[in-house]
Amino acid sequence: MGVAKFIIRRVLFGVATLVIISVLVFLLTQLLGDPAKAILGREAQVKATLLGKRKELGLDRPAVNQYFGWLWDLVRGNPGKSYVNGVRIWSFMGERVTNSLFLVVLAAVVSIPLSLAIGAYSALRRDKTFDGVSSYSSLILAALPEFVIGTFLVLLLSVKVWHLFPAVSNVRGDTRPWNDLKGMVLPSLTLILVVLPYVVRATRASMIEVLESDYVEMARLKGISPRGVLWRHAMPNAIGPTFQVIALSLAYLFGGVVLVEKVFNYPGIGSALIEAIPAHNVPVVQFIAMFIAAVYVLCNLLADVGTILVTPRLRTKLS
Amino acid sequence: MTAAIDIVDTPGEVPGDVVVTDVATGRPSGLIRRAMRLWRTRVGLGLLVIVVGVAVLGPLFAPHGETEGVGIPNKSHVDGLLFGTDKLGQDVWSRFLLGGRSILLFAIVATALGLLFGVTIGLFCALNRGKLDELLMRSIDIILALPSLLLTLVAITTIGPETWLIIATVALTTTPRIARVTRGAAIVVVERDFVAAAEALGESRFRILRSELLPNVSGPLLVEANLRLTYSIGIVASLAFLGFSTDANGANWGTMIQENRLALAVQPWGVVLPTIAIAVLTISTGLLGDGLARANAGIDRGRSE
Amino acid sequence: MSDARALTMAGLRIEVEGRGHDIVDEVDFSIEPGEVLGLVGESGSGKTTVGLAALGHARRGAKITGGIVTVDGHDMLGLDEASLRGLRGRVVSYVPQDPGAALNPAMRIGKQILEVLETHHFGDDKACRERVAEVMSEVLLPSTPTFLRRYPHQLSGGQQQRVGLAMAFACRPALIVLDEPTTGLDVSTQAHVLTTVRELCREHQVAALYVTHDLAVVANLADRVAVMYAGRVVEEGPTMTIFAAPAHPYTRYLVAAAPDMTGDRIMVGLAGRAPAPGSRPASCFFAARCELVHAECLGELPALREIAHGHKVRCTIPFAVPASIEQADPPPPLMIETRPDAALSLDDICASYTGIEVVHNVTFDVQRGECVALVGESGSGKSTLSKSIGGLHHEWTGTLTVSGRPLAQSSRDRSTKERLAIQYVFQNPYQSLNPRRTIGDSVARPLVIGGAGKAETARAVGEMLERVSLTAAYAHKYPDQLSGGERQRAAIARALVSKPDVLICDEVTSALDVLVQAAIIDLLADLQRDLGLAMLFVTHNLPVVRSIARRVAVMADGKIVEFGPVEKILTEPEQEYTKRLLADTPVVPTN
Repeated sequence: MGVAKFIIRRVLFGVATLVIISVLVFLLTQLLGDPAKAILGREAQVKATLLGKRKELGLDRPAVNQYFGWLWDLVRGNPGKSYVNGVRIWSFMGERVTNSLFLVVLAAVVSIPLSLAIGAYSALRRDKTFDGVSSYSSLILAALPEFVIGTFLVLLLSVKVWHLFPAVSNVRGDTRPWNDLKGMVLPSLTLILVVLPYVVRATRASMIEVLESDYVEMARLKGISPRGVLWRHAMPNAIGPTFQVIALSLAYLFGGVVLVEKVFNYPGIGSALIEAIPAHNVPVVQFIAMFIAAVYVLCNLLADVGTILVTPRLRTKLS
Repeated sequence: MTAAIDIVDTPGEVPGDVVVTDVATGRPSGLIRRAMRLWRTRVGLGLLVIVVGVAVLGPLFAPHGETEGVGIPNKSHVDGLLFGTDKLGQDVWSRFLLGGRSILLFAIVATALGLLFGVTIGLFCALNRGKLDELLMRSIDIILALPSLLLTLVAITTIGPETWLIIATVALTTTPRIARVTRGAAIVVVERDFVAAAEALGESRFRILRSELLPNVSGPLLVEANLRLTYSIGIVASLAFLGFSTDANGANWGTMIQENRLALAVQPWGVVLPTIAIAVLTISTGLLGDGLARANAGIDRGRSE
Repeated sequence: MSDARALTMAGLRIEVEGRGHDIVDEVDFSIEPGEVLGLVGESGSGKTTVGLAALGHARRGAKITGGIVTVDGHDMLGLDEASLRGLRGRVVSYVPQDPGAALNPAMRIGKQILEVLETHHFGDDKACRERVAEVMSEVLLPSTPTFLRRYPHQLSGGQQQRVGLAMAFACRPALIVLDEPTTGLDVSTQAHVLTTVRELCREHQVAALYVTHDLAVVANLADRVAVMYAGRVVEEGPTMTIFAAPAHPYTRYLVAAAPDMTGDRIMVGLAGRAPAPGSRPASCFFAARCELVHAECLGELPALREIAHGHKVRCTIPFAVPASIEQADPPPPLMIETRPDAALSLDDICASYTGIEVVHNVTFDVQRGECVALVGESGSGKSTLSKSIGGLHHEWTGTLTVSGRPLAQSSRDRSTKERLAIQYVFQNPYQSLNPRRTIGDSVARPLVIGGAGKAETARAVGEMLERVSLTAAYAHKYPDQLSGGERQRAAIARALVSKPDVLICDEVTSALDVLVQAAIIDLLADLQRDLGLAMLFVTHNLPVVRSIARRVAVMADGKIVEFGPVEKILTEPEQEYTKRLLADTPVVPTN
């Protein structure tokens, strides 16, 4: 069947993409400059120290060996050891990954249904007040960088105007995210506001296209009730494009995590990344980059496959 | 279908278009003129001029130096200073006036580079729809699989935040998106008969690119370029916020927000001023871009209105 | 009694929403049960808007502001939405122009037909399914469960339209509104659809409002005709009368612009355009274009008056004949000598599209000073063939000779002189001129490439523009300031400015209104004669060839099926395909 073949090809392409990205990440971190030199700073001028450090970090092997070694380990679930303290990365990253996942899932669970509803309603009440307000808000939110949104929220709800929520997350050590729900509010609200405009606009656009289509007009001319038109003719045709948008918004959420975690001091992979960079902690950076890239590729994959499955015309075209 | 086009014989009325009283459609001056009729474009342009004015001309009016210590740190009311001191005792107002230059410069240069390379690649792909086109498009898909900020962060891990590196990576993430939009718009134009007519006459490839293709894709291109500019500003400011600016002590709106956050409760100005500036900057380019997008959509709109 | 009529429209007025300009006004007509009324008009006449008003519906941007519309006794404009919904699909139904777009792509076709019945509470499940089967067989489609489970994109254009008809007839309505339902269908499918409509209307005594621009279709299907121009009904009467003795000058022009296969009369066109909503004068709308205009026409818009039983017209001087029609003489027959070095010679041309051969072994020639028509339906390969000759399509083999010189496959490999010797005019006037260049620039290109000097070019461009009935001042205008007909003239000017040996016209009138089509064909015929051009006229519209071509090549499935003089092929075709094509093509009856 054509659909299965398409899915397999798409998955293979996703894997190939990840491999190429891994090469890119490797090149950027280990071949643009010398991590050992960066870590040692001035001490690197002493040749012996430099060589010693390189040996310690495993950087004296040929580049190709390093790359494949790293990749092979990564695939088997071992991201290596931190340059900073030699500790196995997974031992402390595991918690960070769960923290970030929790934040993202929390934001997703609220933002996706909310934005679908806002987008659909804006389309139905096109050019009226609700649509106008949501359209302008989307425009503004989409333009603002994530940390600006976060800072505004802190100013508004935490420090200056109202004092409802903590400005900084209390999650650390034994306090897991689900124990500090009050502290989760602002970070997830920021993420929600970051992603909202994209999904609202895309949903609105695809709904409008459907509502103005010939077949929706035809359904009305057949005497079908507005509810019937909406749910039997409009919605089924609006789902396909919306699928894409939802999957991509999940990806955006993960991308936004980096900045939001910094604003709120939230111990997730985003802040881990930010801490690792000045320390030139290459394996940590490589791992987080690959993790986020994998999430992106997976979301895109789900988007493409989902759209095909939901659109009869594309399904039959394949088979 | 042989008679697939709506039968229309009225001037200025392209099949399916809204009948527009102003006949200046399709040309770049037409696009900008139409966009300026929307008040959101005017508001955006106005705000942009103000913010850019502050960023570019601000340094001329700064009463104190970038790193000049003028008082006790984190005091919001200090005699002789408009907005008090920041965490190192420097004048908030002066640093604010000086803080927009580098963001604007980086963003504009990176976007311009991205535009240059992206348009070239996009047009090239649209004209040569062969293996090379497929290869380039796939590569673009791959680069786009990584969020832009992440790419830059990975790049600066080993070397550190160098000017050329930041500009290069931001340009690297701008290029594919511009290329994609250019290619998409150019493909539509390439299929139009007047391009085929030019080819049949034997016009040189270069001439076709310059006279037939480029003027006709400038509309969507302008919109996307504006979007990319907004985004680049965001990335550069974000990098500064994360502590990765090229000049650690220099005045920079992004850095200011981060370094003055701790004292937010007692001295808000060190955060409020730069936040508002970045917000207004990105919103204004966003409004401008939205106005352009609407004007562009109006030019080749379907039956929907 | 008006209640017995299927449809009555009185004083219908529809405006542009928010601006108050009239789209249509003073529309009065009625249809008896079982009768077919053809509503004829060009684009901008408002005929589609009137058709939709019969269902009490107006599209976005339009608003019904006045008049009465009664369908089978129901006052459509006075009812609320819920009551209207009860009538739509059951008492009055709609068959749209583009069946592919009007069917829900995500719903199976059986379900879509069933939906009409269920919405109007036709009966229990069994009764509904029986009716679906019944109506499917009436439109000559299978009613097997497998077929009913198909999605719209799995059907051909003709099948999709039949599904549209099935949906419309399912509840046996009193009135059906058909909006150009055969646009885009090939001739035989169109013939089948029209036969089906006629039979169903007769069988179930359903009245039909058939909206179209195609006079030939109306002549063969409708009992009565109403002609619309710029939003008003200008003439209404029985079909036979309207065609035999049209009362309104516009109707006369429409009939005169229709192609005539017998060759007794030539097509007469009319330049200009109908005034759009908002630019309509208070006087007769047609006065600006009418040859018979006199003082009274410029006063008030004439009212629709009955001049004979059942025949109404909106004109101060009904039955007068415009000079251009009266004085139209058929041109003298051409004496073309067959010379060995024909202007264009095709020998064993085979063309392919991405490896698949779509044109097989085509051989024919075009003499100097003659026009050969290439006729075929969509998919016949005529476009591929003509593009190959013109150098726009590169995948072909065989020998192509222009004025004795063989040409290379691709235009890139031909010399400038060779390229300029064979010129091409495209179908779509909206896409064949660069919107960013002035008309003058576009027309001058071939000369500039040929190396002509500035002064010489400017002069030649001005001359050519005058030749195609545009003024030299048009050289400074941009395409978007021109109408479709004017753009096509500019494209023709561009093609002829370098004095080519061969001109290829590819469906050059398909995208234009009826009267403008005739004017362009007139122009081409004149130019061809005056310049002694060899012309290859590609079209799907068989009757047109009589007015312009000397010989015709009929093409089907990539092969030339028949080739010979026009009179012979149109009156005594030898091949089955040609015979069928002629039989299925509707024509306007000649006097």
